[in-house]
Amino acid sequence: MTYINELLFGVFPYIAGAVFLFGSLVRYDKSQYTWRTGSSQMLSNDRKFIIGNNLFHIGIIALFFGHLFGLLTPTAVYTSLGMSTATKQLVAIVAGGIFGLICLVGIAILAYRRTTDPRVRRTGSRMDMFILYLLFAQLLTGLLTIPVSTGHMDGEVMLQITAWAQSLVTFRPDAASHILDIHWIYKTHMFLGMVMFLIFPFTRLVHIWSVPYSYIGRAYQIVRKRPVV
Amino acid sequence: MSYFLDRLTFFQRVEGEFSDGHGVTTGDTRRWEDAYRHRWQHDKVVRSTHGVNCTGSCSWKIYVKNGLVTWETQQTDYPRTRPDLPNHEPRGCARGASYSWYIYSANRLKYPMIRGALLRMWRQARQKHQDPVEAWASIVEDRELAKHYKSRRGLGGLVRSTWDEVNELIAAANIHTVRKYGPDRVIGFSPIPAMSMVSYAAGSRYLSLIGGVCMSFYDWYCDLPPSSPQTWGEQTDVPESADWYNSGFIMMWGSNVPQTRTPDAHFMTEVRYKGTKIVTVTPDYSEASKFGDIWLNPRQGTDSALAMALGHVILKEFHVDRPSAYFTEYVRKYTDMPMLVRLDATEKGYQAGRFLRASDFDKALGQDNNPEWKTVAYDENSDSVVVPNGSVGFRWGEDGRWNLEEKEAGGKEIKLRLSLLDKRDEVALVGFPYFGGKEHELGRFTPNPQDEVIYRKVPVRKVKLAGGEEALVASVFDLITAHYGVDRGLDCDNTPKSYDDNKPYTPAWQEQITGVKRDRVIAVAREFADNADKTQGKSMVILGAGLNHWYHMDMNYRGIINMLVFCGCVGQSGGGWAHYVGQEKLRPQTGWQPLAFALDWARPPRHMNSTSFFYAHTDQWRYEKLHMADMLSPLANPEDFKGSSIDFNVRAERMGWLPSAPQLAANPLQVARDAAAAGKDVKDYVVEQLAGGELTMACEDPDNPVNFPRNLFIWRSNLLGSSGKGHEYFLKHLLGTNHGVQGKDLGEEGAEKPMEVVWRDEVTDGKLDLLVTLDFRMSTTCLYSDIVLPTATWYEKNDLNTSDMHPFIHPLSEAVNPCWESRSDWDIYKGLAKRFSELAEPHLGKETDVVTVPILHDTPAEIAQPFDVQEWRKGECKPVPGKTMPNIVAVERDYPNVYARFTALGPLMEKAGNGGKGISWNTEHEVKVLGDLNGRHSQEGANKGLAKIETAIDAAEVILSLAPETNGEVAVKAWAALSKQTGRDHTHLALSKEEEKIRFRDLVAQPRKIISSPTWSGLESEHVSYNAGYTNVHELIPWRTLSGRQQLYQDHAWMRAFGEGFTSYKPPVNMRTTQEILGVRSNGNDEIVLNWITPHQKWGIHSTYSENLLMLTLSRGGPCVWISEVDAKKAGIVDNDWIECFNSNGALVARAVVSQRVNEGMVMMYHAQEKLVNTPGSEISGERGGIHNSVTRAVLKPTHMIGGYAQLSYGFNYYGTVGANRDEFVVVRKMSRVDWLEGDDESIYQAEEQA
Repeated sequence: MTYINELLFGVFPYIAGAVFLFGSLVRYDKSQYTWRTGSSQMLSNDRKFIIGNNLFHIGIIALFFGHLFGLLTPTAVYTSLGMSTATKQLVAIVAGGIFGLICLVGIAILAYRRTTDPRVRRTGSRMDMFILYLLFAQLLTGLLTIPVSTGHMDGEVMLQITAWAQSLVTFRPDAASHILDIHWIYKTHMFLGMVMFLIFPFTRLVHIWSVPYSYIGRAYQIVRKRPVV
Repeated sequence: MSYFLDRLTFFQRVEGEFSDGHGVTTGDTRRWEDAYRHRWQHDKVVRSTHGVNCTGSCSWKIYVKNGLVTWETQQTDYPRTRPDLPNHEPRGCARGASYSWYIYSANRLKYPMIRGALLRMWRQARQKHQDPVEAWASIVEDRELAKHYKSRRGLGGLVRSTWDEVNELIAAANIHTVRKYGPDRVIGFSPIPAMSMVSYAAGSRYLSLIGGVCMSFYDWYCDLPPSSPQTWGEQTDVPESADWYNSGFIMMWGSNVPQTRTPDAHFMTEVRYKGTKIVTVTPDYSEASKFGDIWLNPRQGTDSALAMALGHVILKEFHVDRPSAYFTEYVRKYTDMPMLVRLDATEKGYQAGRFLRASDFDKALGQDNNPEWKTVAYDENSDSVVVPNGSVGFRWGEDGRWNLEEKEAGGKEIKLRLSLLDKRDEVALVGFPYFGGKEHELGRFTPNPQDEVIYRKVPVRKVKLAGGEEALVASVFDLITAHYGVDRGLDCDNTPKSYDDNKPYTPAWQEQITGVKRDRVIAVAREFADNADKTQGKSMVILGAGLNHWYHMDMNYRGIINMLVFCGCVGQSGGGWAHYVGQEKLRPQTGWQPLAFALDWARPPRHMNSTSFFYAHTDQWRYEKLHMADMLSPLANPEDFKGSSIDFNVRAERMGWLPSAPQLAANPLQVARDAAAAGKDVKDYVVEQLAGGELTMACEDPDNPVNFPRNLFIWRSNLLGSSGKGHEYFLKHLLGTNHGVQGKDLGEEGAEKPMEVVWRDEVTDGKLDLLVTLDFRMSTTCLYSDIVLPTATWYEKNDLNTSDMHPFIHPLSEAVNPCWESRSDWDIYKGLAKRFSELAEPHLGKETDVVTVPILHDTPAEIAQPFDVQEWRKGECKPVPGKTMPNIVAVERDYPNVYARFTALGPLMEKAGNGGKGISWNTEHEVKVLGDLNGRHSQEGANKGLAKIETAIDAAEVILSLAPETNGEVAVKAWAALSKQTGRDHTHLALSKEEEKIRFRDLVAQPRKIISSPTWSGLESEHVSYNAGYTNVHELIPWRTLSGRQQLYQDHAWMRAFGEGFTSYKPPVNMRTTQEILGVRSNGNDEIVLNWITPHQKWGIHSTYSENLLMLTLSRGGPCVWISEVDAKKAGIVDNDWIECFNSNGALVARAVVSQRVNEGMVMMYHAQEKLVNTPGSEISGERGGIHNSVTRAVLKPTHMIGGYAQLSYGFNYYGTVGANRDEFVVVRKMSRVDWLEGDDESIYQAEEQA
C-alpha cells in the first residue's frame, strides 16, 4: 500500500511532469502546425455552444488558479495575512463549488454537443473525446470531494495535500507520505490531475501554453527581419 | 534553431523601432515561411491542357512534386502576335485551375469496374463455356438473364475487376454482336475530337476496323448551327477571338462571353479601349450584359424578330434609300442576291420557287456539264441571262471555272444585275409565308397577328425557257427586300411606309413580339451598318447557344447572318459571324481522319448522326407531340407533307439524305454472303432486294430486336449526365432500367401513329446488351454502365488539342503516369483490339461487309436530285445508289487482324491518297516519312513493312504529318489541288511554310501556330487574324453552296414547303408536355409553368465537370435552378428552397436561386449538373433527382434532313438533324418532402459507422 502510494504520488508526478514539459517542448518545436485549439466553432456555432463554451472556460480558468493558489501558497503566507486554515478551506469549498458547478454545466453542454452534433463528432479525434471525458471525470471527482471535506472543516486534510504538493515542487523525497491516509476520493482526483499533465502534450490542451497575453502590451506592428544568410 | 529557444530571447527580441514605437523590428525566426515555399516547390513543370469542350484550349503548366500533380497555372509562352494586337495569354480560367483536384479525388476511377450482377453471371457462364463468345451468347440470348443485369443499371453494385477479364468480356460481346446481328450494331459515341484527338481516334479506329458505327456530337449537342451549312456549305467557320480586336462594332448576342469564353474575353474588353462599341443582346441580365454600351433584352426565343427588324432598317437605309457602294459591290460578288428565282403560280398566287438553272434554257445556255446545277443571273453589260462561274455545277466534272471571278462560263467579263427594278417587265404580287401570328399553346411569346400570307409587289422579268415556256423570274435581291418589307416605290399596300407601321418586319412590328423599343433597334441597326460601311465590313456578331438551341434556330441565325451579309462583314477581318458553341475546329482534320476512321485500311467508315439515332432508339418518337403540319408554310400543300418527324427522317434515310445505323434490317455480313451465294454483285443484289422489299432498312422498324443497337461504347463523354436529351427515355428504352418518364406513348393515347415505321405495341426496353464507358471519374454515365474503364486524366496522357478561338495547336502530355490501374484511351482500345483479334476465330475471319453511305457533302454525289424530290420507295423514281438512295459499298474486314491493323498505318494511304472538302492529294512522301519516324513493323503478318502506330505519340505524329495545317509540304499540295478546281493559283498562301513541319515534341516545347490550308476558309499569316470566309472573299474561292455564293435564299422544295426559303420570325413551338401533368399530382404547393432554359454554367469546368469540390463550394453545393423574383413569389418559393421541375418527359429536383437576373416566365438550370452530389429524390418520379435533360426531349426538324442538294447534303458533324431543346416548358413547384432515398442525415451517419 505504501509502495503504491509512493509510486502514484511520489514518482508518477515527476514522470507526468517531465512528459508534460518535455512533451510540450518537443511538440512546440517539431510540430508547429498541430499547436492549436482544434476548435470546432466553425462547424457549429449555435447559442448553446456559446453559452457552454463560456461557462466551461470561466469555470476552468477560475479552478486552475484556485488550485494553483490553494496548493502552492505556503501556510505561513496566508496565516500571516490573518486567514486561518479553516477559513481557507471554507473559501476553497465555496469558490471551488461555485466555479466547479459553472464548469460542470459548461462541460455538460459541450459534451452533449460533441457527441450529438454529427459534423462536430465526425471532425473530432478520439483524443478529443478522451480529454473531454477526462475533464468531466476530474470535475466530478473534484466536486465529490466537497461532501467529504465538509466532514472535517478544520483544514487538516487540506494541509496534508498542500504539504504534498509543496514537497513535490521543492523536490523532497517524502512527498507521498503526507497523504498516505487521506480519503480515496482526493487521491482519485489528484491522480486524474496528474494524468491530465501526462497527456497534456498530446492533446488540444496545448493551447493553454499560448495564451496571447503579449497582445496586452505589444507594438501595433511587428516586423520580423529577413535572416542574414 | 528551436522555436521554443527563439522565444526565450525576450530581452533582445526588439531590435529596433519605427513609427514612434508603434512598430518594432525583431529577429524572430521566419522559418514558418518555408512551409509556403515548400508548398510551391516542385520537381518539374509539364505542359498540358484540358480536354474539355469549352473552346478555351489553354496551355497550362502542370507542377509535379514527388511524382504527384500538385497544381496547375497558366502558361505564358505563346508565340507573340503582331504589333498593335494584344497577346493571347494568359489563357485559362479559375475553373480550369481546379482540374487537378480530380486526379486524386474520391471520384477518380482507379480500377476497371463491372456491375456485380453481370460479373456473377459472366463467371458462371465462363465455367460452362470454354469460349468467351459462347459464354456471352449464353447470357444475352437468355431474356431473363439479360433483364436481370440490365434492370440493375444505375442502381449501384459496381465492383472491381481486372483488365484481362473486362477486355475478354467486351471483345466477346463485340464478336458475338458482329457475327449475330452485324458490325453496325456496335456503336461508339465520343464527342469533340478537337479536345483530345488521339483519344477520340483510339476508339473510332477500333470501331471502324470492325465495322462499328461512330456517332456525331456537334448536331446532337445542338451546337451545330444548320444555318451555316445552309448559307455557306460550311460546318462552322468563325474568326479567332483575337480578331475581335480588329472589330469596330461588336454585338454579343446570346453568348455570355465573360462567363463561357473566359480566356478570350480579354480581347473584347481590350477592344473597347479602342472605341469599339459593344451591344449585348440577352434576355436575362447576364455577365455579358454589363459589358454592353447598349443592352437589348428581347423576350427569350424571339431573337429572330429582332434580327428581322435590324435587317429591315439596314436594307432600307443602306441598300435602297442611300445605297452604300461597298455593300452593293459585296452582295453582287459574294452572295446569291443577283441570282434569278422562278415565280411559281399556285392557287394562292405567286410564290418564290426554285433558282433558275442553265438547264432551264434552250441548249442549256451552252452548258453540257451539270447544267441543272448552274444558277443564272442577268448581266448588266449585255442585259442578258448569263451563267456566272462558281456554282456547284462547275465544281464537279470540270476544272478551272469554280471561282468567284466576275466572269460567265464562256470567260466573258460580266457584272451581275442585283435588281430588276429598273429593267422590269412587270410587277408581280408575290406571297411570303408569315408565322409571327401563331398563338403559343400556353399563351406565351406574344404573337403579332397579320395575314398568314403576305403579298408584296416584286419587279419581275419574263424569260423564255427551253421548250418555249415563259416564266416570271425575280432576283433574290428584289425578293428579299420585298420579304423584309422595304418600300421600293411600287405602291405596295402591304409594305410598311415607315418604321412605325406595325407590318412585318419593321422595328414597330418587332416591338410587340420582343419588347425591345423600336428606337433602340433603329439606332443599333444604323450604327452597325454605318460602321461596316466606313470600315469595309468590320462589324461582328458573337453569337451562341442562347440562340441556337431553339427549335427554329435557323431563323435566329439566318436573321443575323443576313445582317452581316447585307453589310459585307463576312470574310472581312474584324467582321462576320462569330458562333462559338462547342470546340468544333479540329484544325489538323484531314490528317486526323485516316487515323480516326481507319481510312488507311478500309473506306468508307460508318458514321451516324446522333440526333436521329437517339430519337429513334430511345423511342422518343413513340411520344412525339410536335405536329409537322403546324410547321408547314401556308403556301404548301399539306397532302404532300404528311407524317411525323420520324416519317420524314425515314424518308431522308431511304433517299440517302441522312445516314442510318443500324443500316439494313439484316446482318450486313450475311447480306454479302447471300449476294455471293446468288452470284451477284453486292451493290446490285442489295438494290434488287430493297426494291423488291425482301430486304428493308433498319430505320423502318427500330423496335425490332434485329435492329437494336447492341453494344455501345462511350468515351470522353457524359452522354447520360449531360448531353442526352430525353434522359428518361434513354433510361427506359435504351437501358431498360428505372426511369422517370411520365407521359403516355402514342399507342396508349390512341393518337395517330407514324406512317413509315412499324408500330409495336409491346414496349421495348433494354435495347443495349452492353454499355461500356471510359472515364477518369465516376460520372452519371459511368453509374449507368455495365463496365467502366478507368482512363488517364488530361495530365496523364499524350494527345493533341485545338480550338476555333485561337490558331495554336496544343499537346496534352503525360506529366505523371496514369494513376492506379488507369490507362490512356489509346492503350485501352489497343488492348481491346488485341483481345478481339485473339478471340475472333473461329467466329469471324475475313468477311465482306455491306456499308450504306449517305450522299455526302463535298463529294461529286452532292448533286443528286436537282429539282423535285422523288422517292424510289413510292415508285417515283428508280433506286440508284448514291443518287436516289444511299450508296452501297462492299468493304473487306479482317477480324483476326484488327490489332495488326490498329497498330500500323495501312496501305490505302499510299494507294488512295488523302484529302478533304472535295479535294485530294498524294501522300506517298508523308507515309514514307512516318515509316522512318515511327519505325516499321518487321514481323511477318498483316502489317509487315508498314509504319508503326504503337503509342499515342506515334498516333499524334500520323496526324501531324498528314495534315496540311501542321505539315507545310502537304499544305502546298492541298492548295495546289484546290487551284486546279478554281483555276486560280492559291499555293502562295503556304509556299513560305513548305519546309515547316510540326512534330509532337515541338508542341510540347511551345504551342505552334497552324499553317493555312484549304480545309479552312481563313488564313494564318503575319497580316490578318484568322477570320471565316476570308479566302472566299480575298482568293475568290466559291462557298460550297449551290450558287457558289453565300446563299440567303434556300430553294429546296422542302425548305420552301416549311416556309424557310427566306428567313423570318417563327415563334417557339408547342411541345405539349405540361398540360397533362399540371395540377394532376399536387403536393399542396402552387404550381407554375415556365420556359426551360439550360445555359452553360459558371461553376463547373465547362459543360461537364461540376461535382468538383472547389466548384461546389463556390456555388450552391448541388443542383440549383434560377427563377425570377416574380415567379418565385407567385409559386411561394424563397431562395434556397428545394423545388421540383417536371413535365411529361420526367422530373428533377434542385434548390431555387431567386434572382433579379432572370426574366419572368423562364427558369434557368445550368447545363449538366449531374445527380451525383446532394441530390434528393423526386416526388413525381420517385427516382433520384433527375438532370437538366430529364424534362427535355429531342425534336427534329425536316429541313435539316434534306440531302443530296449541294450545301444541303449530309456531312458527319456537318449537317443533319440537331437536338433542339429550348422550347420546352416545365411545371415548377416547391417540394413538400425532401427524401434522400437513404434516410435522414442521422441514419446515414449511423449506417456509415456500422459499416
